[in-house]
Amino acid sequence: MLNPEATFILDIEDISKIYGPIKALQNVSLAVRPGEWLAIMGPSGSGKTTLMNIIGCLDSPSSGRVTLDGLSLDSLSSGELTAIRRESIGLIFQQFHLISYLTALENVMVAQYYHSLVDEREALEALENVGLGDRAKHLPRQLSGGEQQRVCIARALINHPKLLLADEPTGNLDETNEALVMDILRSLHRQGSTIIVVTHAPEVAAHAERTVVLEHGRVARDTRSPLLQAKA
Amino acid sequence: MFLKMLLGALARQKRKHLMIAFTVGLGVSLATAMLGVMFDVGDKVNQELKSYGANLNVIPKGASMLGEMYQLGGDEGGGPALSELESDFIREDELYKIKMIFWAYNIVDFAPFLTLGVEAGGRQVPLTGTWFDRHLSLPTGDEVDTGMTAMRSWWVLEGRPGDEADPGGVLVGRELADALGLAVGQTLEARAPGGRAATLRVRAVFESGGDDDRGIFAPLPLVQDLAGRPGLVQRVEVSALTTPENELARRAAQNPGSLTRIEWDTWYCTAYISSIAYQIEEILPGVRVKPVLRVAQSEGAILSKTQLMIILLTLLTLLCSSLAISNLVTANIMERSVEIGLLKALGATGLSISLLVLSEILLAAFGGGVAGYLVGLGLAQFIGLSVFGSTVAVKAVVIPIGALMVLAVTLLGSLPALRALLGLRPTEVLHGR
Repeated sequence: MLNPEATFILDIEDISKIYGPIKALQNVSLAVRPGEWLAIMGPSGSGKTTLMNIIGCLDSPSSGRVTLDGLSLDSLSSGELTAIRRESIGLIFQQFHLISYLTALENVMVAQYYHSLVDEREALEALENVGLGDRAKHLPRQLSGGEQQRVCIARALINHPKLLLADEPTGNLDETNEALVMDILRSLHRQGSTIIVVTHAPEVAAHAERTVVLEHGRVARDTRSPLLQAKA
Repeated sequence: MFLKMLLGALARQKRKHLMIAFTVGLGVSLATAMLGVMFDVGDKVNQELKSYGANLNVIPKGASMLGEMYQLGGDEGGGPALSELESDFIREDELYKIKMIFWAYNIVDFAPFLTLGVEAGGRQVPLTGTWFDRHLSLPTGDEVDTGMTAMRSWWVLEGRPGDEADPGGVLVGRELADALGLAVGQTLEARAPGGRAATLRVRAVFESGGDDDRGIFAPLPLVQDLAGRPGLVQRVEVSALTTPENELARRAAQNPGSLTRIEWDTWYCTAYISSIAYQIEEILPGVRVKPVLRVAQSEGAILSKTQLMIILLTLLTLLCSSLAISNLVTANIMERSVEIGLLKALGATGLSISLLVLSEILLAAFGGGVAGYLVGLGLAQFIGLSVFGSTVAVKAVVIPIGALMVLAVTLLGSLPALRALLGLRPTEVLHGR
């Protein structure tokens, strides 16, 4: 569905999101290249989650234009947005959101089920890639927070999304597990995955090549690491 | 995967699904019991009403209907004078045909009557010959027992009931017995106008609460002999199980010729009192059959009202079940809003999640429905035994109706929750902020 020839995997042009009297986003523009690791930072209420919802096809802007890998998301129905989300986006949540009555393996297979076909071997491989091959048959309550987040990452990756969206991926983790999760994200980035992380933690954002800071729904700063600047 | 998610959800929310099953079961058990009774109540009420008398009178075409029905024209209460015309009688040996019409099995009982004014104990009294309990072997091979005993079940007898095997044994009305000083076991002389006489032995004294208390009931051959009319009867009372009259039946009763072919077929093949009357007239060409309208109308009215009441109660029960299910399913959806939001975020469509949730609910509901149906069968028997003194024959049609009820109640009850499910936005439940 996505276009491999696109210059930007994500191109946001002048979007605003208004909830009644509240302007959650105001004239935000942002372009992300394939393989880029972007951190979106900002204080509470700055519009980080709203932006992430729009990028993740979970919401639509009140105005402006969003293009995902060459495909304009303007005026798409909620069903069409669901299809794009299913095909192209991997979501990682702060609260993991695993289905409590399914095992780690089955939680990964749920994403396969709604995407295409269930392949247990592939799902197990995804768990092995995040170091949980031996915990595949465990229920979420039998896993630690870090392990649950890694299951969530395996689930996000199982359908080979073009864009990985992580919402405070280490927000509920201790330092050890935070390091483990960041290692996985680094490894994915090295393999060419495009990653957008929403965080308020500077140490998490420090792993990204580029950091966009939102304040009052506007882009306050857009800084790139020297390496990326050199690449550009 | 679907099955794993389905079973997982069922196991995880065992209590909620058990509550759904219980609610559906409760509704279905009551509905099954009520429908079972409703489908059988026609027969039950009919049978109950049959014990209060016949609903059809068969008389010769030439006879005066009023005279025969109400026994007018008698001299001083001594019974009507017998006609001299053969056409004013019905042949007794043809009466078995009544049990050979299309609705033969709806004919519960029938009994012929021949009433003659006789002189007994120094006064004129009506002597009526009838079948008390006649056994008939039909050409169809069927064996039938019929007669007046079953059709006058409300009579209070002192003594023994009439017996076909006792040709001189009679039943004497209480008023007459008191007037003549008769008691069970005594005899009296009866003398017919033509001079024939017979000795009657009192088998029982009865109280009917009506005019019959002033007469005597005897085996038919005895009265035929006295009247000099062997093998003939004046009228036949028929007790039939009927379907309540409707517009079609009323039109047909007025003029069957006014019906279209399809209407005629429908009418003929439904146990309306008018179609049964028509069929008796077909098989016994020399007779006229008149419904006893008050009885027929009462049956229809009682039946219609009883059935309407049962239908309303059933609907009310199902509505209550739907409301309860609506609450349970809505609570279930609210409790699982994060899970549903997650599935949507993973790319599940509203339809696929609705199917998953509905499958869970329907599975629980059908479990409850089956249990409810079985309990309902027992409940129907309890109602049948308590109210009518007999078991209720639950019709097979209750099963598909029960299945449809489960489906309707569950879907109806789930609609508000499904609406909430479809409207649920993942962004509102997933971020936890």
